[in-house]
Amino acid sequence: MDINEVKSQFPIFSKKINGKQLVYLDSSNSAQKPASVIKKLDNFYKNEFSNIGRSIHALSVNATNKFEETRSNVKKFINASSKDEIIFTKNATESINLVASTFGQKYIKKGDEILITELEHHSNYVPWHYLRVNKGAVIKFAPINDDGDILIDKFKKLINSKTKIIALTHLSNVTGTIVPIKEIIEIAKKKDIPVLVDGCQSAPHIKIDVRDLDCDFYAISCHKVYGPTGVGVLYAKKKWLEKLPPYIGGGGMISEVKKDKVTYAPLPEKYEAGTMPTAEVVAFNESIKFMQSIGIENIIKHESELTNYALEKMRKINSVNIVGNPKNKAGVISFTIKGIHPHDISTIVDEEGVAIRAGHHCCQILHERLNLSATARASIGIYNTTEDIDILCKAIENCKKIFGLK
Amino acid sequence: MDLKQLYQDIILEHGKSPRNFGKSEKYTHEAKGYNPLCGDKVQIFLNLNKDKKVEDLTFEGSGCAISMASTSIMTELVKGKSLEIAKKIVLDFLDMIKNTQQIKSEELDEDQKIKIMSLSGVKQYPMRVKCATLAWHTLNSAMLEKKEEVNTEAFD
Repeated sequence: MDINEVKSQFPIFSKKINGKQLVYLDSSNSAQKPASVIKKLDNFYKNEFSNIGRSIHALSVNATNKFEETRSNVKKFINASSKDEIIFTKNATESINLVASTFGQKYIKKGDEILITELEHHSNYVPWHYLRVNKGAVIKFAPINDDGDILIDKFKKLINSKTKIIALTHLSNVTGTIVPIKEIIEIAKKKDIPVLVDGCQSAPHIKIDVRDLDCDFYAISCHKVYGPTGVGVLYAKKKWLEKLPPYIGGGGMISEVKKDKVTYAPLPEKYEAGTMPTAEVVAFNESIKFMQSIGIENIIKHESELTNYALEKMRKINSVNIVGNPKNKAGVISFTIKGIHPHDISTIVDEEGVAIRAGHHCCQILHERLNLSATARASIGIYNTTEDIDILCKAIENCKKIFGLK
Repeated sequence: MDLKQLYQDIILEHGKSPRNFGKSEKYTHEAKGYNPLCGDKVQIFLNLNKDKKVEDLTFEGSGCAISMASTSIMTELVKGKSLEIAKKIVLDFLDMIKNTQQIKSEELDEDQKIKIMSLSGVKQYPMRVKCATLAWHTLNSAMLEKKEEVNTEAFD
């Protein structure tokens, strides 16, 4: 794989930021878009636009076909059994809310337990919190160690007869921990407990095979997979989508509407009410094709080499502390500098064209667990190079210089 | 944009060694402020004497260099002033950051004006404005005896 060729597919890198070459290290937040995705959006609106599934004119038929092509390709991308198991949502947050709400409605009673972990993003905690408020559910947090790894023994002990669902991330957006999700799902399956996996961070960076994992639900954020904003995916086993009640009600998700009753459309439309982000879903197919064109093995190889390069180089900088040291770490590198607040770091490196994130990254529980109020985070995408890391490290040195640190 | 304008020596120095840091033993007013975007927290302790003069003003909290320096400088400038003038200085400061980049207060001497003006560089960094203004809004809340915590997302 020629990384420069890959990078050249992203128009944004020809732009200057603060007069400098852009070093984009905020892909965990949202990834940049290749030209093929941008072109597809443009072309769809210019030449092919129509709403889907409602009309029988040529444009609508074509748009519907394109929309469904993306669904088929997502199915292939994550190795689902059926297209009916792929639901398009507004974002991964909505995907998780969909499950929490519908599963909660049907299966959660007062005192029932929901098991999540200390690693979770707010979007995999707050939707379950609603069930605590509305249904009297109990939320248990599986603990992690200081390295950022889930303590499997403690996790096992938190599972009991009241545990109704387990929800956890595949890859932490703070520590970069790649969670041994298969092992955890096997534990859950022995007790017949369904598992939701938050795949926001994993989908762009590691191989996803929902059948091999045997997870019940898997949430994906398309804009993190080099795709457009406004689209998320929920993978769910068909048996759940058939059993669970619908989520948002409206047009497109119904079968028959009478004054005294409403019946619902078959899958997957049952969960896709109202006008969908049509152009974005159509364009998302190009993101998957982009991933497929590079190949997940090449992506993993490039990103893990770069992560190791970055970790080695950053650890050598005095006063820099890398947050978390999990057994299996992806290219999410949160760090602190003793004596400089992460917001100051972010502002100063930005001046050098380096885009990183600072704050709690929507993980207040995790930051509290690690006794940190905020961290700076450099996160790697397929387009990053060793040169990007070198520029980041130089910018970190500049922070230290401004703050008079050695 | 100019980093040197933002991170002036006076800001770095106050950020590193904030003045009036720590809870005072005696205070008549207090207020809490929170910036949910970055997690910055500040708590202000204000002691007004019977003549409504700011006898003491201290704070506790954590945050970036800008927010620590801004809070530290604020306590220095407001201490010793009457409540009425303190309120005016706060409004002047917020006006400077948001609009004028000039400080109007006639109550401040030249040295104090230089100090307060050192924070004006933040205007060029819209994402950092709230770092600078959190403590001032919180002091305002303490002076107005408001009960609820100041939240940076609630003001513009």
